[in-house]
Amino acid sequence: MPVPLAYSLRNLWTRKLTTALTAGGMALVVFVFAAVLMLDEGLKKTLVDTGEPDNVVVTRRASGTEVQSGVERAAAAIVESLPQVALGEGGARQVSKELVVLISLNKRESDKPANVIIRGVAPMGLTLRPQVKIVAGRMFRPGSNEIVAGRSIAERFAHTGLGESVRFGGREWVVVGIFDAAKSGFDSEIWGDVDQLMPAFRRPVYSSLIFRLNDVSGFAAVQNSIESDQRLTLEAKRERQFYADQSEALSTFIRILGMSLSVIFSIGAVIGAMITMYAAVANRTGEIGTLRALGFRRASILAAFLLESLFLALLGGLLGLFIASFMQLLTISTMNWQSFAELAFRFTLTAAIVAKSLGFALLMGLVGGFFPALRAARLNIVDALRAV
Amino acid sequence: MLPALIFRNAFRHKLRSLLTLLGLTVAILAFGLLSTVVEAWYAGAEGASSARLVVRNSISLVFPLPLTYRQKIRQIDGVRAITTANWFGGIYKEPKNFFPQFAVEASTYLDLYPEFVLSEAEHKDFLHDRQGAVIGEKLAATYGIKLGDTMTLKGTIFPGQWAFVVRGIYRGRDAKTDVSQMFFHWDYLNETMKVRAPRRANTVGVYVVEVADPTRVAEISRVIDGEFGNSYAETLTETEKAFQLGFVSMTEAIVVAIRLVSYLVIFIILAVMANTMAMTVRERTAEYATLKALGFGPPFVMLLIYGESLAIAALGGGIGIALTFPVATAFAKAMGTLFPVFVVSAKTVWLQACCALAVGLISALFPARSAARVNIVDGLRSIG
Repeated sequence: MPVPLAYSLRNLWTRKLTTALTAGGMALVVFVFAAVLMLDEGLKKTLVDTGEPDNVVVTRRASGTEVQSGVERAAAAIVESLPQVALGEGGARQVSKELVVLISLNKRESDKPANVIIRGVAPMGLTLRPQVKIVAGRMFRPGSNEIVAGRSIAERFAHTGLGESVRFGGREWVVVGIFDAAKSGFDSEIWGDVDQLMPAFRRPVYSSLIFRLNDVSGFAAVQNSIESDQRLTLEAKRERQFYADQSEALSTFIRILGMSLSVIFSIGAVIGAMITMYAAVANRTGEIGTLRALGFRRASILAAFLLESLFLALLGGLLGLFIASFMQLLTISTMNWQSFAELAFRFTLTAAIVAKSLGFALLMGLVGGFFPALRAARLNIVDALRAV
Repeated sequence: MLPALIFRNAFRHKLRSLLTLLGLTVAILAFGLLSTVVEAWYAGAEGASSARLVVRNSISLVFPLPLTYRQKIRQIDGVRAITTANWFGGIYKEPKNFFPQFAVEASTYLDLYPEFVLSEAEHKDFLHDRQGAVIGEKLAATYGIKLGDTMTLKGTIFPGQWAFVVRGIYRGRDAKTDVSQMFFHWDYLNETMKVRAPRRANTVGVYVVEVADPTRVAEISRVIDGEFGNSYAETLTETEKAFQLGFVSMTEAIVVAIRLVSYLVIFIILAVMANTMAMTVRERTAEYATLKALGFGPPFVMLLIYGESLAIAALGGGIGIALTFPVATAFAKAMGTLFPVFVVSAKTVWLQACCALAVGLISALFPARSAARVNIVDGLRSIG
């Protein structure tokens, strides 16, 4: 016969301070654990969602990022004429030949400089990114010194708000619109007309080429024809893959750092749970003897104390997740080492992270509670009943 | 009698004390490591000289400067020496093997960086071999490279495979010097680029300028930037320290997060320790009442509890601090060249000691107060 559930629960309630302190320690550990997973998820979501499944990015071989890449005009023309490129309205090829460079801008609050991606796009560039929408002002007019800024840029950098103007490449550029890119990486970019930006930066070559496939399954063919062409020193990647690769270093760093911290911290929390549960067992020796005398088996006692520890852990886990859920309101911005550009992303909570965090909390409870519960179960009835 | 009583009390519950001690040790150790990571982040800026200026393109670092600026900057009053550096950004075997590589003006570069110590013979060898390179001793140790070995890098900014012969291995002048860098001849880069991509030849990433009088850096920076104002490649000149701090500030969010988390670990251990003390005092209520009945006042009882808490904290803190040094050394080894400078500073040790002390004091705060207030009659009846 199992010991009633209420026994385990009430025991936690009786020692409120101890329960609160132990659960509080666990909550902090779960908070760190969940926050790291949320950050990693947010980073992945930001960069992976930047890509469309049927878009292809062409850059110079081994360059890794668009900023380091260079695509000669002749090479761009060869890629543009590939048969797998989709045709849009009126038979126009769905290709955008783009220039991507970094410029140094000062932040609004701290006045410290950070690198910002500025992207020169062709008119087709917007069609290729359906997630990009103008939310204030209007789109830049081709052939003018007008630019549009991504939402996280306009919020964080000086002189990039609607109607303001910013100087780079020897010219003044007017911000005529703010765009929202559905939390993708484009939110951390500034866009302008590629034919205006190239002379301003004295760049005779494009950085990258983005085109849409007329058939999603045609990627292997187009990759083969680009990479086997002797005239080209380019490589093609699916847009999603391209951006996922960019987040790799930062994501690995966050994961390794976060997981090692979680492991170290959980040692502390497990020890806390162990101390609490050992004390709970020691204080209730007489009680345990009584329970045994009443006919409860060793296994039932073991289960009762384990349950108590698991409840404690669950309490800590829920509390930690509750605090972590508020992190979703925060936006974090840092330099992405692979592109050397500033990138803004959010903490993102998913069902999988909730499950993982609670699982982690329960594991701590299990580890911390097992030995004390074992001690309780092994007590000799007569000795236990004699204890004061 | 008091110290003996405190010590006996602290280890009455051997298992509990041991577990608390272990938790404290781990927390103080983790705190020390995290502080060291944060300091390593700033190491590049710490080691930077205030007498050196970095001249770069005002748009951003990805834009180069023309070679012709060298002569003009050299002639500016107050400039003692000038050299050039191009960020190379190559991959050695695998992308994760990150370390800085610069194509430099070989004849002058090491004169401006006296903190990179190279033997006379190796310096000469390097100057004579245009394909030669100089690497830091940490880099050599990490990848097992010896003098005369060939290192092949895959260029990400400058396309193609690049082979270098290691002609020198430099040591750091002090512990703060970055000994995981690689330098090679700008001439080698330039000659190859002339063939592969003529448009990108004859350009320089940054000019490094040494000024004769460090108090005049602000003035000289303005003169340099004024010289090239309204040209097609405007410059931005700042001290090397500001230049390095610019990089740090771009990843500031990560530094802030690490710092925050390092204090969080102290809170976790505080919860554990406070719990231990609360339980201890609850169990011994009858004893404290007995002490009071014997005539000892509340201050004595409080002292007993504070003493016990501080004894555990001091022991755990001490072991944690002692372990920080070997663990940091092992960590630095495992991280390879990612953190060029990784040294536990005196400040970190002080902070660790302060945290341990604070944990000991705060943990005893509430238990001591409640024990001091124990009513003798109720306390004697208590069975914990």
